[in-house]
Amino acid sequence: MLVVNFLLLAAVLFCIGVYGVIARRNAVLVLMSIELILNSVNLNLIAFSLMHGSVDGQVFALYVIAVAAAEVGVGLAMVLMIYRNRRSIALDELSEMKG
Amino acid sequence: MLAAEALELSSGWFLENAWLIGLIPAIGFFIIIGVGKHLPMKGAEVGLATMVSSLVLASGAAVQWVQRTDSADGHTEEAAGAISGFVRSLSPQAAEGGHASEPFIEPVVSTWVWWQNSGLEFGIGSSADGLAVILLWLVAFISLLVQIFSLDYVRGDRRYTHFFAALTLFSGGMLIMVMAENMVQLILGWEIMGLCSFLLIGHWWEDYDNSRAALKAFFTVRVGDVGLLVGTAILFFGSNQWAVDNLDSNGFDIAAIQAWALSGDPSATNWVLIAGAASLFIAAIGKSGQFPLHTWLPDAMAGPTPVSALLHSSTMVVAGVFLVARIYPVFWQGFNIDDGGLSFIAIIGGITIVIGALLAFVQDDVKKVLAYSTVSQLGYMMLALGTGAWLAAVFHIFTHAFFKSALFLSAGSISHSGSHHSFDMKTDMGGLRKFMPVTFTVWIVSTLALTGVFPFAGFWSKDEIIDNVGDHGYTFLFWVGLAGAALTAMYMTRATYLIFFGEPRGAAAGELHGDEEHSEEFEMETLTVGANINAPAVSTPVPAGYADGDHDGVTDGLTGGVGSAGDEPHGGSSHAAGEDGSDHHEGPHESGPHESGPLILVPIVILAFFALFSGFTNATPLGEDWERVKTYVEPRPVEVPIDQYLASGPGESLRLVVPNAEEDEGQGEEAGEAEHGKVGCGYDVPEPGTACFFPAVTHAEPTINKIFLSLGVVAVAYAIAIAFNVAYYGRKNKHLNGLTQRSRPLRAGYLFLENKYYLDYLYENVIVHAIAHPIAKGAYWFNQHVLDATVDQVGETTKKTGIWVYENIDQKVIDGAVDGSGHVASETGHALQPTQSGKVSQYGALLFGAAAVFAIVLVIVNVS
Repeated sequence: MLVVNFLLLAAVLFCIGVYGVIARRNAVLVLMSIELILNSVNLNLIAFSLMHGSVDGQVFALYVIAVAAAEVGVGLAMVLMIYRNRRSIALDELSEMKG
Repeated sequence: MLAAEALELSSGWFLENAWLIGLIPAIGFFIIIGVGKHLPMKGAEVGLATMVSSLVLASGAAVQWVQRTDSADGHTEEAAGAISGFVRSLSPQAAEGGHASEPFIEPVVSTWVWWQNSGLEFGIGSSADGLAVILLWLVAFISLLVQIFSLDYVRGDRRYTHFFAALTLFSGGMLIMVMAENMVQLILGWEIMGLCSFLLIGHWWEDYDNSRAALKAFFTVRVGDVGLLVGTAILFFGSNQWAVDNLDSNGFDIAAIQAWALSGDPSATNWVLIAGAASLFIAAIGKSGQFPLHTWLPDAMAGPTPVSALLHSSTMVVAGVFLVARIYPVFWQGFNIDDGGLSFIAIIGGITIVIGALLAFVQDDVKKVLAYSTVSQLGYMMLALGTGAWLAAVFHIFTHAFFKSALFLSAGSISHSGSHHSFDMKTDMGGLRKFMPVTFTVWIVSTLALTGVFPFAGFWSKDEIIDNVGDHGYTFLFWVGLAGAALTAMYMTRATYLIFFGEPRGAAAGELHGDEEHSEEFEMETLTVGANINAPAVSTPVPAGYADGDHDGVTDGLTGGVGSAGDEPHGGSSHAAGEDGSDHHEGPHESGPHESGPLILVPIVILAFFALFSGFTNATPLGEDWERVKTYVEPRPVEVPIDQYLASGPGESLRLVVPNAEEDEGQGEEAGEAEHGKVGCGYDVPEPGTACFFPAVTHAEPTINKIFLSLGVVAVAYAIAIAFNVAYYGRKNKHLNGLTQRSRPLRAGYLFLENKYYLDYLYENVIVHAIAHPIAKGAYWFNQHVLDATVDQVGETTKKTGIWVYENIDQKVIDGAVDGSGHVASETGHALQPTQSGKVSQYGALLFGAAAVFAIVLVIVNVS
């Protein structure tokens, strides 16, 4: 019963994060949404870790936090560069990745 | 007790390394071909060096072989002294009393594995026994003298280096063949000689006749070579199993074949042996110029004279005789020589003696007389082999090599210095004895040796053949042999008279005229000479040089022209100009007949010396002590215990166990039978565990009557021939002159001989025509109507199929598939293009959508 609560919270956070990634124009907000997604995954990992009584999930969660920190660092650096070049961080104006 | 008394045979470095004798000339060939042109003597020195080293090695091997035989015989005598009375038990079944105490002398074999596959293995190397050693020495010796002779004779030739290269390889081929330990090496040497004979006979191939003669020699010998291959195969399949079982050897090994043929094994049936012997003898017929394949031999005179001398004395033509002598047990059993039956070999030999001798009468070319004489003498060797006189045949090879090469080289000397490169006895010779005393002496000595006059070499060998043939019960062939000896005396008298006596004619008299072989060159040359005489002396070299230019370049022509202009007094002196470039000449020299230089005279004098004295190496009539060749060359017909034969590896000495006394008792009766000479190897099946390598041939006891008979026949023949020649050529007796024109039977006979029994006609026009033309026509028809039609049909069908395939499969299916995939890719790309908007949020949406879809699929799959 306890686990279900954790999983429901994680699912809600994940959906909010996905919404933020898809719908937000501001790049910083998109990065923050990605953080939400990652943290929802962390919640899942820790919940399952508790359920099974092993620390593997928690170790994974620590890894995810580290990777997320790195990702945010890179992402913010890119946003900073975009802002310097264009004076804007609106993602819908960026179409350089068009194939 | 003393039963294990062992016999040590001495060996030696030269015997164990006899393979070097053949290897050195083979290497020399490549050196001459490779760098010969850059050497100071144009490669001739390499050829001479190889021959000298081969001769030294062969002499060493000969000496050591004699020591080896002596060591065996000496030891036997000691053993005999120790256990007196057991002497005969050493070789209890030896046929003849004189041989009874002589042990078998094992050949010294040293080989390397040449080829190995599925248990079959044969080597390349040397097997030195008496027969091999005597021929090794002989070939090296004759080759060396011939090369020395060639130094002067072919000097200035345009292919001087190649000539020496081929000559060296030719000797190498013979040496390799002679020392062969297995049939494969024998074939190798045999074929090397075939190739080199082709190269040498066709040395002056610019002349159509020469290249034709070379081809003829090559093809005729190849006809026989088929027999060699077939015979080797037959003997291999016949003897292989026996050889593997008993000797730990195989069916290519010559010793194994010898032992197998005499083993009386069921596999050695008569038919296998007859088939093998007949096939191999066909090879010998081709190579040794026996009837009916002798026709290539006279044509082989197209080559330079040293080649003829080498070809016709110690190499090429005795290869066939050597082949028969080498695997003699096969012929012995196959042709039932032991029964005294009329063997195929003897018949062919007898026919060859007579037809060769008769043909020699109608030849005008001195070399062709000698060629037919060689044919006839080879007939003697075959006759001897065919009647069981093995030793006499080998001995005749030995002596014949000396006097026949002496005769050929004398002929070369005559043409070189006496008759101006002509070999025509009737038009260009005569009276030469005054001009060429040394050559004349050599010629006479060799002629006397050839005709078998006491005490020259031929007497000892040829009379031994005739004697043995008669002794073995072949009375008719005995008379054939005597008739051949008489004919030999007659045709040699004719040749001698025409060359050396009477009035000088043609070139011998210093006249200028063309000869057959070089007529074109001579015509051109005569024009040049005319120009020389008319023009001022200073300018003469130039026309001579240009006229000669297409032969050898201007330089040679220049020197020749200068020289000829210098000594103009003799009409014929300008010959040097043209001749210099064309073939063999040493540049300017005085015209008219004169004696040859030392490089030519020394070899022929040495050869004449041997022609005089080599007969004493096996002078049977003088007693046993003189029978050196018999002692050292003839293999002993002794049963050798196989396990001891096997125990001795290459180069090791053979240990023979002296059988103990028990065996001796059973031999009493057989020893009695031995008096008749019909027991022992070749007659009886060898004891189990033993093997024979040579049949117990019998030897005729020379009697004074027979010697006088043969000498008398030769003397009468000489008397008749001299009288006739003097009357016919000297006094131009009108009863004799034109006899062949007047008398119908004589003219028929003359024409028959002059056309060489129409054998060439038979081969070229009848057989080749009959076989080749219908076949050619049939083949043409077949080609046009069957093959071409088929090919056309196939082509048409293929073309139609191709077009259909192109239109339907290629264009529609394959191209369609390729194009289709392209289209699909292109359309898909276009369809997916809008998704690549470059908007990060859209990419994120796609990513999550896809993840969601996969998650749903995963859930569905796992739940259900």
